[in-house]
Amino acid sequence: MGIELHFGPVLAERDILLRGIWLTVMLSASAIILGSALAILLVATRSLGSKFFQTMVDCYVELLRNTPFLVQLFIIFFGLPTLGLRLSGVEAALLAMVLNLAAYATEIMRAGVEATHRSQLEAGASLAMTPLQVFRHVVLIPALAKVWPALSSQFVLMFLASSIVSFISVEELSGAAAIIEQQTFRSFETYIVVTIIYLILALALKAMLSWFGRLVFPKVSGIVYRQVGAGA
Amino acid sequence: MIVAFGWNELLFIITSAGWTLLLTAIAFISGGLAGGIFALVRLSRLKILRRIAAVYIAVIQSIPVLMVLFLSYFGLYAAGLELPPLIAASLSLGIYVSAYLAEIWRGSIEAVPFQQWEASESLAMTRGQQYRYVILPQAARISLPPTVGFLVQLVKNTSIVSVVGFIDLTRAGQLVNNATFDPFPVFGAVAAIYFLICFPLSRLSRRFERILNVGRIH
Repeated sequence: MGIELHFGPVLAERDILLRGIWLTVMLSASAIILGSALAILLVATRSLGSKFFQTMVDCYVELLRNTPFLVQLFIIFFGLPTLGLRLSGVEAALLAMVLNLAAYATEIMRAGVEATHRSQLEAGASLAMTPLQVFRHVVLIPALAKVWPALSSQFVLMFLASSIVSFISVEELSGAAAIIEQQTFRSFETYIVVTIIYLILALALKAMLSWFGRLVFPKVSGIVYRQVGAGA
Repeated sequence: MIVAFGWNELLFIITSAGWTLLLTAIAFISGGLAGGIFALVRLSRLKILRRIAAVYIAVIQSIPVLMVLFLSYFGLYAAGLELPPLIAASLSLGIYVSAYLAEIWRGSIEAVPFQQWEASESLAMTRGQQYRYVILPQAARISLPPTVGFLVQLVKNTSIVSVVGFIDLTRAGQLVNNATFDPFPVFGAVAAIYFLICFPLSRLSRRFERILNVGRIH
């Protein structure tokens, strides 16, 4: 029994592949940036707002974290048009990715925010900082530095999950694979090539995130390491 | 023909939740067995074995589950094996599970204080006995919260198996939606069932974390 592999027909479709890579990268990058921004907003609302807002944010986080991304995508893509809001596949995909990532990122950032020591809040207040200033300078930035590794893994998971948007015919990398597969009848070869591309992109994303973490949170991460070392 | 979203449709969706649970169970058990082996190999005393396991884990964790599913499905097909969708889907998910559980369990084993190894070695235990009587029982406690947490991820990730022709909870929702054109109630019901499965598990994971007093840095 031998399996014969022919990659030629698959690689001949490199235009479709490149467009797919471009869309996957753009969707993931936009979702990471917008999702993080939304998460910061939600964490701030949760910390500074009343009990009611806190409960609302918690409900949002639990609802999105305990249902599959694919079902969320279907609700947005098939459900919103019945309310009169018609979204293209790419728009629905981006919206679903942003909302999903925001829930996970909120949960991760919340852990970092809650780890802030009371005395630091008091120190901030005693410097006549407003609550918003305290949140921004004393709570948020150190919290982000602390949870950056967990946040990075979540970004990578979101990048991997972006493949699921091909279910609503978005022609990102997985969608491109489906097209090439239909045109060439080389299913196995197509998915080998596309998997390797995903692998390379994921490794690049991981390297970028860890570089970015070192760039943005250089000193703080050093302190965290010392604290962990001393505490263990 | 458009049908209304009624009891029969809801019943169909609820029944298919059973398939999602069965799929989760088979994937978790098969992936857990493989993951346990990979965790031990990852900690082997032979560098080459450690390397192989590390590469396997890193690669599976860096590609989408969807690709694992397609590759194993078409790979098996190209090799001339035609498995029923349930087996094909759960084995493919098992590959994904094995990599994540291997990493979780490796971390749990490494979290057991090193003195436990030394103490058991000074009692002339073999490496197998050390694992069996000293290390694994403690590692199992540590691994409980993240393992249950991962189970939630697995339940949710089974939603993509329709690509290999398996009718699970999500696929059932899609089929019903195609007949009723009533996406909000249909996918709302599907989401609610997933939530009923996943939310208690999430809470359980958090409870274990508190009870076992692990996952705390300070």
